Amino acid sequence: MKTTELLFSGFGGQGILFAGKVTAYKGLTENKNVSWLPSYGPEMRGGTASCSVIISDDAVGSPIVSHPDCLIALNLPSLDKYESAVKTGGVIIADSSLIERKVERTDVKVYYIPATKLANENNIPTLANMIAVGQMLKALNEYNEDTVLQALKKVVSAKHSDMLDVNLKAVKIGYEY
Amino acid sequence: MVVFDRPHSLIDVPLHYCPGCTHGIVHRLVAETIDELGIEGKTIGIAPVGCSVMAYDYFNCDMIEAAHGRAPAVATGVKRANPENIVFTYQGDGDLASIGMAETVHAAARNENITVIFINNAIYGMTGGQMAPTSLPGQVTQTSPYGRDTKACGFPIKVCEMLKELDGAEYIERVAVNNVKNVKNAKKAIKKAFENQINNKGFSLIEVISSCPTNWGLTPQNALKWIDEKMIPYYPLGVYKDRSKDKE
Amino acid sequence: MQNKVLMKGNEAIAEAAIIAGCRHYFGYPITPQTEVAAYMAKKMPKIGGTFLQAESEIAAINMVYGVASAGLRVMTSSSSPGISLKSEGLSYLAGADLPAFVVNVQRGGPGLGGIQPSQSDYFQATKGGGHGDYRMIVLAPASVEEMASLTVKGFELADKYRMTSMILADGTMGQMMEPVDLENLKVSKAPEKPWATTGTKMQRKHNIINSLYLKPEELEKGNIERYERYKIVEENEAMYEEYLMDDAEICVVAFGIAARVSKNAINEARSRGIKVGLIRPITLWPFPKAPFDKAKEHIKTFISTELSMGQMIEDVKLATDCKANYVLCNRVGGMIPSPEEVLEQIIKQNGGNK
Repeated sequence: MKTTELLFSGFGGQGILFAGKVTAYKGLTENKNVSWLPSYGPEMRGGTASCSVIISDDAVGSPIVSHPDCLIALNLPSLDKYESAVKTGGVIIADSSLIERKVERTDVKVYYIPATKLANENNIPTLANMIAVGQMLKALNEYNEDTVLQALKKVVSAKHSDMLDVNLKAVKIGYEY
Repeated sequence: MVVFDRPHSLIDVPLHYCPGCTHGIVHRLVAETIDELGIEGKTIGIAPVGCSVMAYDYFNCDMIEAAHGRAPAVATGVKRANPENIVFTYQGDGDLASIGMAETVHAAARNENITVIFINNAIYGMTGGQMAPTSLPGQVTQTSPYGRDTKACGFPIKVCEMLKELDGAEYIERVAVNNVKNVKNAKKAIKKAFENQINNKGFSLIEVISSCPTNWGLTPQNALKWIDEKMIPYYPLGVYKDRSKDKE
Repeated sequence: MQNKVLMKGNEAIAEAAIIAGCRHYFGYPITPQTEVAAYMAKKMPKIGGTFLQAESEIAAINMVYGVASAGLRVMTSSSSPGISLKSEGLSYLAGADLPAFVVNVQRGGPGLGGIQPSQSDYFQATKGGGHGDYRMIVLAPASVEEMASLTVKGFELADKYRMTSMILADGTMGQMMEPVDLENLKVSKAPEKPWATTGTKMQRKHNIINSLYLKPEELEKGNIERYERYKIVEENEAMYEEYLMDDAEICVVAFGIAARVSKNAINEARSRGIKVGLIRPITLWPFPKAPFDKAKEHIKTFISTELSMGQMIEDVKLATDCKANYVLCNRVGGMIPSPEEVLEQIIKQNGGNK
């Protein structure tokens, strides 16, 4: 019986909630119990945004992730705020193109990935979030192209179905980094 | 030969209104209209708090008693639920122009397809004669014992003048019921307000300048005179808005 | 799980309401329940329903009063300060015996308070809020699935007893997404409503929707009859969940998000050998008596976990004759107790044995 608690955090507008949603849907596609809980408030763009995602073989208890197994930090304030909260033995994914400092904890596994830089280089500047998701799935040994695609199909609206491929591409870039 | 009789849509019970009060006249005008248009079976009346709160015992159609000021919101619900119903509200000045001002203005702005009968007698009757939003400058009431001081209490609200500026409203008219000629005009206006609804024209409001001899401290005859001398000069009668005319 | 979609709690309420046959929604914007209105604004025009953004919460609840008078299923939703404004209407709905469905996605108070989750409208919901002797059926979902199923239940109970039923949720329940299977929601047909004001069609005596009774003996009679109906609700409609209660010595009592947090703490405590269980009231009114009748025989300490300064704990005491120990484990103002905080309290009540 396994439960994975994830915390996605970054600036509003970086696609934090979207990344969490795709991850939750991936879990649902794999017949897991899942929950997704955003921070909410007046900040729509530019402020901090975070969301808790839980993927579990059991029923999900509290949907609030205060001690994540994995932190996905897409900006410095997020790392500053949540670094200490990560479980011992847990994982931190950090966007090294926006976070200049190193993680101070020594009891966690850290994966630095210049997600924003990679996104710009690949001409998908809004998809640093999904590059980070790809890296996260690799770090957690949870990558499955089929279920990622199925999850994306649920989250990307039919209107923007052309976005499916680029999202999948972003996840792959992150996975292969 | 036409025999003068009680309208069918008015129930044969003694009204509780004070002697000389013109509520009875307006009730009759509304009931005659309902009869003439043959709509009793599909009409829903809404009477909120005020002297007319017990109008549900007087009208033969389905009736709803509403919270103070909220009749236009309740009417909105009833009309949206069953658009084939004819829905009217019957509200006093405190109800419509004070506590229920927001509901009044917004129902008009939405051009909600309802009919509003607005009784303006410049005083709170049911609670015993307090200052209303339409009490005249200098008017003595229980809560303006030295006369309405416009510096302290502001000026009366002229509802028709205000609502006519809204793009939404279909038909706004002010009438009085203090003499035969005015009563006849009032009947015409009320009927038009109901016809507008039947024809899906939208929001119609008829302000009826009425008397309250008890709380004005006047005899019924002098109260009717007071309407001519004091009320009508401040609240001129007439059609304030008629969109069907605007279009012509 | 193939039928399941991820949905926000607020959206699940809106969709379940539509499934329950609600075609009239009236609201006024307030965080954190705005998704309900947004969903209705999108959906209602497409299915021939009414979505109307009212000029105020007061107007919205009176529009509800109008549709309820016409005998149709109708709802409004808001958050704490907005429910205060609606309380006048809630009292009138009760006085006129109209069925209505109201959602309160609570936020911290009093006053304008904050926008983060809270359960501090428990008293307002279960003990009144508006004036006069009346009750509402209060439903407390603890998952998105229950946000949907209790919405359907809410409409059914409202019709059955001619009462207002209220979902008392919080910002977490409204904002979180979980899998939900709406296709399997079962809805019973709305009962006939011969009392509704839909026009006499000249075939019956006029119907009157009213809460004014100037003769005290009439008003008294109406109140007594209403409370006889409430008694039937109390006897038949209480809902609750018991978790690991059979051998428990300590009982956590919690609803909504507090129950979810408490379950984590209870699981951890159990793994350490502490005999602790959970009673989760699903109806807050009627407050479930049965599990407490059983529990009071063997529970030494009740821990009421709440996002308030201690409101439900009063009902826990009443349900157990004030004979046990009672401890409040709470956070307020938009804060949520962590599983660790609840666990700490459980350990403390277990004599400090970890």
